[in-house]
Amino acid sequence: MVENRPLLTIISHLVLLLGVGVLVFPIWVTFVASTHTAADLMSAPIPLWPGDQLWENYSRVLSKGLDNPTAGGTPVAVMLKNSLIMALGIAIGKIIVSFMAAFAIVYFRFPFRMVAFWMIFLTLMLPVEVRILPTYKVVADLGLLNSYLGLTLPIIASATATFLFRQFFLTVPDELAEAARIDGAGPLRFMKDILLPLSRTNIAALFVIMFTFGWNQYLWPLLMTTDPSYLTVTIGIHQLISVVDTDPQWPLVMAGVILAMLPPVVVVLVMQRQFVKGLVETEK
Amino acid sequence: MNKRATFNGFWLPLLLLLPQLVITIVFFIWPASQAIYQSVLLEDAFGLSSQFVWLDNFKAVLTSSDYLESIKFTVIFSLSVAFLAMSISLLLAVMADRIIRGATAYKSLLVWPYAVAPVVAGAMWWFLFNPRIGIVAYYLQLFGYDWNHTINGRDAQILIVIAAVWKQISYNFLFFLAGLQAIPRSLIEAAAIDGASPFKRFWTVVFPLLSPTGFFLLVVNVVYAFFDTFGIVHATTRGGPARATEILVYKLYNDGFIGLDLGGSAAQSVVLMAIVMALTVIQFRYIERKVEY
Repeated sequence: MVENRPLLTIISHLVLLLGVGVLVFPIWVTFVASTHTAADLMSAPIPLWPGDQLWENYSRVLSKGLDNPTAGGTPVAVMLKNSLIMALGIAIGKIIVSFMAAFAIVYFRFPFRMVAFWMIFLTLMLPVEVRILPTYKVVADLGLLNSYLGLTLPIIASATATFLFRQFFLTVPDELAEAARIDGAGPLRFMKDILLPLSRTNIAALFVIMFTFGWNQYLWPLLMTTDPSYLTVTIGIHQLISVVDTDPQWPLVMAGVILAMLPPVVVVLVMQRQFVKGLVETEK
Repeated sequence: MNKRATFNGFWLPLLLLLPQLVITIVFFIWPASQAIYQSVLLEDAFGLSSQFVWLDNFKAVLTSSDYLESIKFTVIFSLSVAFLAMSISLLLAVMADRIIRGATAYKSLLVWPYAVAPVVAGAMWWFLFNPRIGIVAYYLQLFGYDWNHTINGRDAQILIVIAAVWKQISYNFLFFLAGLQAIPRSLIEAAAIDGASPFKRFWTVVFPLLSPTGFFLLVVNVVYAFFDTFGIVHATTRGGPARATEILVYKLYNDGFIGLDLGGSAAQSVVLMAIVMALTVIQFRYIERKVEY
């Protein structure tokens, strides 16, 4: 700090606390609502301090869902399992596929290299949202509706991770590849023993980014999953809140909301350092 | 962009590229070309017969008042989200950059909404503003404002803006904070020695130096508001009341999957693709050039 201004420091703290308060407030109200009985939440003002139904509400949504015919009654535990498979599949699949592709593009000279490069990077510009109908048709023709492959593969296709790996590989000193070649290491050896360990931080950051990205997918699973046993938790939330006006089971719905956000938030907080470093450095 | 030391071979790089290429062709290039192809066809809902109609689908889409309304709302919506999310996070980042004690704690407390799904953010704010039992709606009513986003279009629009901004603050905050920390301290010290107040220092030194980060974030925020907010809209307002919150992606989904208007929805896809490409080109130009002073 250039100069000491106690008043400004106090204001800074106040502004930051206010910011944190605004960010936490909806979560707090949601959490509180998830610990009460439905009767407590029938009329305003609703309580702002946790009740005693925490265990009952959470175990009920986890094992039985809403028990409501329109909501399908899929247990939230099943949805969480599907979301986990989808998020891990997207994160791990994307890292492997794009690591290999970026390695080939940066470290090899071969015919049609630039064609491959542009084919892949063209997709940076096309989020799945803009071409949902034809992509849906492709997946349907391949018989992948209501399957984990159908949920993950079209999302893996985007080139963001390939682009990030390429940017990183370009900053790796040329001397390393030269030294490896002089020592007689082939390309695969170089990739495994030198490039992979060097990319550890980037891989960790990408894992966090892709895990949250995969977990939070909404439009794609909405189209893909008509079979309740493949519901992801983000779609589950939609189903839970769309029945709440006819059958107000707010505590159960809010318990589902908390459960839906917990895993990615925990991943981000646990891997915060690598995540922040990777996000800010690679996306610029 | 090229490496000095490279490996030779043809089959190995091809093999390494194969998974990415196959996925890209099957799930990107083929569907995207299908969208372009279908956008010039008139097809019945069962896909039994189709007729080549040149640009009639585009004409129909771009002259429909619903679509123009949707474009107008999407632009206003994304600019409001970008402006609000960026101003709030810039303020927080400047404050966090100032303080020494507790900076990491604040960072942890501000970073996690990044991980919350848009649909979850939507569900929470929808609950807070619920006209019957929502705590915020309750206090608004105490102050004499009768909040009801199920009837009042303006209320619904404000609701989705708030949910979208809430989720995006932490992302912008991280980038602004990194941008602030990259500014050389000597510049700020020099300004302080010349007698510039903290406020003046911010506007004349810090703010211009942050402009590359700002431009980058503007594009990212607009893209976010265009596409990622689908979950918020679909789970809460469903484009209503009376189409007041119908953003372009929601309309595309609604016309294509619910209305089964294949040609029209393909034309909408192509329009959206053009928008994304324009935004990406702008973004790349700024990344390459990085506004310098």
